[in-house]
Amino acid sequence: MDVFSLAAETLVTPIVLSFVLGLFAALVRSDLSIPEAVAKGMSLYLLFAIGFKGGVSLADHGNELTLGLTLLAGVLLSAIIPFVAYAVLRLMSGLNALDAAAVAGHYGSISIVTFVASTSVLESQGIMYDGYMVAVAAAMEAPAILSALWLVTRTKGGGTMEPGLWREIMLNGSIVLLIGAFLIGMITGEDGLKEIAPLVIAPFKGVLCLFLLDMGIIAGRGLRKGRGVLDAGAIAFGIVMPMIGAIFGLGAAVLLGIPLGSALLLMVLSASASYIAVPAAMRVALPEANQSVYLTLSLGVTFPFNLVIGIPLYLALATVAIGG
Amino acid sequence: MQTHKAKRVDITIEKIMLSRLTDAIEKADVSGYSILPVFGGSGRSGAWTREDNIGRGDGMVQVVCIIKPGRLDALLDSAFEVVDRHIGVVTITDCEVLRAERF
Repeated sequence: MDVFSLAAETLVTPIVLSFVLGLFAALVRSDLSIPEAVAKGMSLYLLFAIGFKGGVSLADHGNELTLGLTLLAGVLLSAIIPFVAYAVLRLMSGLNALDAAAVAGHYGSISIVTFVASTSVLESQGIMYDGYMVAVAAAMEAPAILSALWLVTRTKGGGTMEPGLWREIMLNGSIVLLIGAFLIGMITGEDGLKEIAPLVIAPFKGVLCLFLLDMGIIAGRGLRKGRGVLDAGAIAFGIVMPMIGAIFGLGAAVLLGIPLGSALLLMVLSASASYIAVPAAMRVALPEANQSVYLTLSLGVTFPFNLVIGIPLYLALATVAIGG
Repeated sequence: MQTHKAKRVDITIEKIMLSRLTDAIEKADVSGYSILPVFGGSGRSGAWTREDNIGRGDGMVQVVCIIKPGRLDALLDSAFEVVDRHIGVVTITDCEVLRAERF
């Protein structure tokens, strides 16, 4: 199968189409919605399942050196990408330094939902990936926040990193659940997986579809509300920056010599933008930054782009660069 | 029935700032307050509803304190350190309570 048909095939999946349905529903102002508590429950389920499966995979095929190096690469990518994003954003849009720094922090951090969707694409294509990529995802959440705050301090002062905020970022519920489930999976291995497989494997894709339906609705509403908030340059940044991030991720993957599936995940992590952890940190540390700008960009522009076009595009690129 | 004068302070603030605000309130020796969810609204950033929330810090909450008038300044000084840079609304109204010793 050539890379283009591979890319095209990943577009027509229940996961992507569920997201598109949600996006469509929101854009045509349908009253379709997923109750808040149900969405929260699905999010907890997905984090637990992906963390657990990652831990089991590491228990079976552990490679500590590669894990350590990939973790380090993830942390460095998360810390460096905001500087690139800041420069590109200042070049492409009319955003002020404060808003640009806040946006840049989002692009260094990650979207765990995009990561989960990518693992699902890999599984449907029969492409293996390393379980430790879950730990890499967790490690890439926070460094970008520090980079964004440093950018603000350098450019105009302000931006405080109080001790309580640092604890909240490092121990936020998603990270604790993801890493906790990863450790449980690593400790209990295949035997543990067999015991709870009906929960963490069988319903996974169906739940992911419903969750992405909800994300589509939220992204669509964000796009509707964000109309007029972003100039054309900023919107273009929301599409160009993930591709730049993906190239950084691919470069790191080639240097590390990790296999195709893991390379795609590192690309996706580098390409995606946070819309949960970083916005919360920015509201505390940089309340003067315009949250409509960074939320609309990360959730309304980059997230749909990555999910519908980015993942197959990155997979095609990685297949060419690394071979499948 | 005998009633007593009190002050009611309503602070509507981002959910992410809630624990910082309640810490500040307690620092001002106010141990009684209620926290109410805010389902949605509209402000300078436009309209929003809880259904659009995806993060733990999204949305707004309202903290309601009923205190003796003499404690108002200490409470406001402490709370203002938290709410100063953030979006939200602080209102103070006169009210009356039945059991003064509880406030």
